[in-house]
Amino acid sequence: MACDVASVDAIQSVGCWILDNTGVNLTILHDEFDRNRFISGIGMTIYLSVVSLFFSLIIGVVGAWAQGSDFRVVRWLINGFIVLFRNTPPLVQIFFFYFGISNLLPYIEDADGMRAPLLTNVQWAIFSLSLFAGAFNIEIFRSGIEAVPNSTKEAAAALGYTRLGTYIHIVLPLAIRVCLPALNNNLVNLLKTTSLAYAIAVPELLYASKNIWTDAQNVPTMMVVLLLTYVALVGVLVWAMNAWERSMAVPGYGQGGGR
Amino acid sequence: MAAPQATSAPAWTPDQPIIRVKDVHKSFGSFQVLKGMSMDVKKGEAICIIGPSGSGKSTLIRCMNALVDITEGSITVENQEVNDPNLDKLKLRRKVGMVFQQYNLFPHKTALQNVMMAPINVLKQDKKEVEERAHALLKKVRLTGKENNYPGELSGGQQQRVAIARSLAMRPDIMLFDEVTAALDPETVKEVLVTIRELAEEGMTCLLVTHEMKFARDVADHIYFTDKGVIVEHAPPEEFFDNPKDERTRTFLGQIL
Repeated sequence: MACDVASVDAIQSVGCWILDNTGVNLTILHDEFDRNRFISGIGMTIYLSVVSLFFSLIIGVVGAWAQGSDFRVVRWLINGFIVLFRNTPPLVQIFFFYFGISNLLPYIEDADGMRAPLLTNVQWAIFSLSLFAGAFNIEIFRSGIEAVPNSTKEAAAALGYTRLGTYIHIVLPLAIRVCLPALNNNLVNLLKTTSLAYAIAVPELLYASKNIWTDAQNVPTMMVVLLLTYVALVGVLVWAMNAWERSMAVPGYGQGGGR
Repeated sequence: MAAPQATSAPAWTPDQPIIRVKDVHKSFGSFQVLKGMSMDVKKGEAICIIGPSGSGKSTLIRCMNALVDITEGSITVENQEVNDPNLDKLKLRRKVGMVFQQYNLFPHKTALQNVMMAPINVLKQDKKEVEERAHALLKKVRLTGKENNYPGELSGGQQQRVAIARSLAMRPDIMLFDEVTAALDPETVKEVLVTIRELAEEGMTCLLVTHEMKFARDVADHIYFTDKGVIVEHAPPEEFFDNPKDERTRTFLGQIL
């Protein structure tokens, strides 16, 4: 059976034409319900990625700063955090928070008077992914910070900069330039890791696609679609990161000159 | 939050030494770098500190702006004690500018921005006013036209002059120069020395650690010779170079001149 709906828009017609002429069942084109599920899946993946990316960068910047603290306890805490999140699989982390920690926290009443967890599955996914990527970001920023020569920091100190002022105005801008390629990799990894939120029923791209292929029985087709969609999403991220890298390029610095 | 109460010192007047170094000791671990150095510097003086490598001359001037803590003794800058746990380092470093051997410019900022950064970030001064001053300072060190170049696009001598302008932008009373020409080509040494000489002639209090003997002779008001952590001898330049008293000074000058 080909399209059983009257074509209402161009995309639907394209989907129907493909189905009629090739037998490839792209319900995300000709079926409005599937199309909306798919689009909102992409939207959720982008939302998870952008928000987790933002928090993971903050964790990275603050954590790398705290790692240079004069207080041993602070350094231990940061290093413990890194070990915990680097040495465990991200899926286990998501489960740990969603099924473990969430159950220990008090429940609240939602709008309908129902007993609801303090954080939703989406919020737990963001929380967990931010910490996962943040732990790596701390190490990445640290590598950049260590590449800033002591003499540069000394010059800042001699000009009256405090340690924090030096970090914000001199060390971090230089460190970011050094560690952008590694940061790039980690953020790409973060975007892909959002697919694990599937496991706690967050309706992101993979979850939406699974719903579509179970209903439409078009598993191989959706697999290809899914793969290509991730290629495109990561492609956009990499393009943005490269544009950022180019915009920060400084003549005579960071191109192996290392002055 | 109340600022920690710094030890109050009598107000400094220009007839007193601007820097007073008294029996300063400094050890890195068990290695004693400074073994009791003393000197007085008057306002407007140009002082050259010379001596073999490892004699403690760089460490001594780095103690003067608290980049290095002293182990024992006292250094006062305009009567402010540097060897004080409650030292307001910003207050000290506003008075004491420093230029380094390796220039240490901020590579992600243009020449102009390098000069402007500290007054804006540290002293929270007005950006427009600072920018005007920065242009004037770059002109003073003969770098008009290079404002928008990054350090990586400048020669060593040009970078060093930006570093001088950057330090002067904080309007210090004292300038410390730590072997500022040691990393430069012989041709570019001159352009940096000319700038420093002008500063000294304008009455800036300058302390230079240097190996440029001719420059020291021409510009310095007083020369200190250090060896193995002590000041071996000090004198005005003519006396120092023509009539050195200590055997170690004679040996050193014999090797270097």
